[in-house]
Amino acid sequence: MLRPQEKPCSEEESFLWAILADVMDPEVPALSVVDLGVVRAVHVTRGRTDGANGAATIDVSPTYSGCPATALINEIIRAAAVNAGFIETNIKTVISPPWTSDWISDEGREKLRAYGIAPPVKGAKSGKGTLFGLSPAIACPKCGSKNTENISEFGSTACKAMYRCCDCLEPFEYFKCI
Amino acid sequence: MKSIYTSDENPFFQYVLGLGDDALILGQRWSEWLSKGPNLELDIAASNLALDLLGQAEMLLTYAAELEGKGRTADGLSFLRDGQDFRNHWLVEQPNDDWGVTTARMLMFSIYQYLRYEKLAKSSDARLAEIATKALKEVSYHRRFAAEWTIRLGGGTEESNRRVQRGFDILWRFVPELFETVAWEQDLAEKGLAAASDSLRAAWDADLSEILAEADLKKPEGESRLMGSRHNGHHSEHLGTLLCELQYLQRTYPTAGGAVW
Repeated sequence: MLRPQEKPCSEEESFLWAILADVMDPEVPALSVVDLGVVRAVHVTRGRTDGANGAATIDVSPTYSGCPATALINEIIRAAAVNAGFIETNIKTVISPPWTSDWISDEGREKLRAYGIAPPVKGAKSGKGTLFGLSPAIACPKCGSKNTENISEFGSTACKAMYRCCDCLEPFEYFKCI
Repeated sequence: MKSIYTSDENPFFQYVLGLGDDALILGQRWSEWLSKGPNLELDIAASNLALDLLGQAEMLLTYAAELEGKGRTADGLSFLRDGQDFRNHWLVEQPNDDWGVTTARMLMFSIYQYLRYEKLAKSSDARLAEIATKALKEVSYHRRFAAEWTIRLGGGTEESNRRVQRGFDILWRFVPELFETVAWEQDLAEKGLAAASDSLRAAWDADLSEILAEADLKKPEGESRLMGSRHNGHHSEHLGTLLCELQYLQRTYPTAGGAVW
């Protein structure tokens, strides 16, 4: 994943990353599309010069293949880039390697918790063990207790499951790890 | 009516089409549960399952349309194709019936789809491998959800056990078709492109038996053979009524642009 801090990028690419850091996910407005890790790379293919606006290609990975917000996310990313002066902005959908919840930034995880959504457990693999529903203990985002139980594997969006805290009794959403 | 496709014509296209059709038709079946789920959580789960499958169908059918090379799109393949040109398995087109039957199908097909995508993630065709790798993550959740519900219903009351057992019993006749491997599919598998369906059987049996034992359910016995083959465009009568609903809008308003994915 190309991140400003991981790969040297041009001044204009850093500028574009900063613009995208303020584009919020429409379903989980606590997170930006950069926090969520769906923006994989930005390429400024032609810089702004006198009398001509820049051109950019932005690689975006959908979280789930059927996520109904995918088209909207692409549009708001494009709109932000266009408003920032990149009149020719192409969104390239990249599915390989597939998006994983491990790409949610540490900052993003804290924002999720503060918003009341338990962040995904890092590095948990959904392999053979999942046949019998073995899943890691999820901490309640309200009181921090790990004495929680799964109510349903599927929540209000494809990326979330529903849980309940057995100590403070609050129901909460868990951002699934995939 | 005869299918417009013959099985020796562009086999890799037919293979990808079959994968896409399985996802599309089962996704449509799941969407039929919307607003009719046994409770709110399951209604939401059904819509998420439907979305995952429709998303996979879109990726697969977009690729199939490119492989076909006749200028069609995923929309065209989904909304403007007749029943005899669909290549999905008979199991996915069967009616939902009750939650027990739906659960039994979900378990049987999600284990199958998981094993198939697992092999296809290593396909020598890079595009198919990418799609399978993405889909595998989603289907692993479907499989887990199915296993949990099978165990919950099987180990619940006498009535819930009877209902889910009935699901396995009445759908069992559609199982052999899942593992039938036609010559051209074998050929694609030998080239590293496809997964030979019969190679999935042993692992499928093992996974299913493990869950059924835990759920206090009986694995049905006996093998049957369907009269027709999906590869020749043969389907049960249920596909036609499903397509009526799926394709209604596009066919009713063909000149208004119809539905776009």
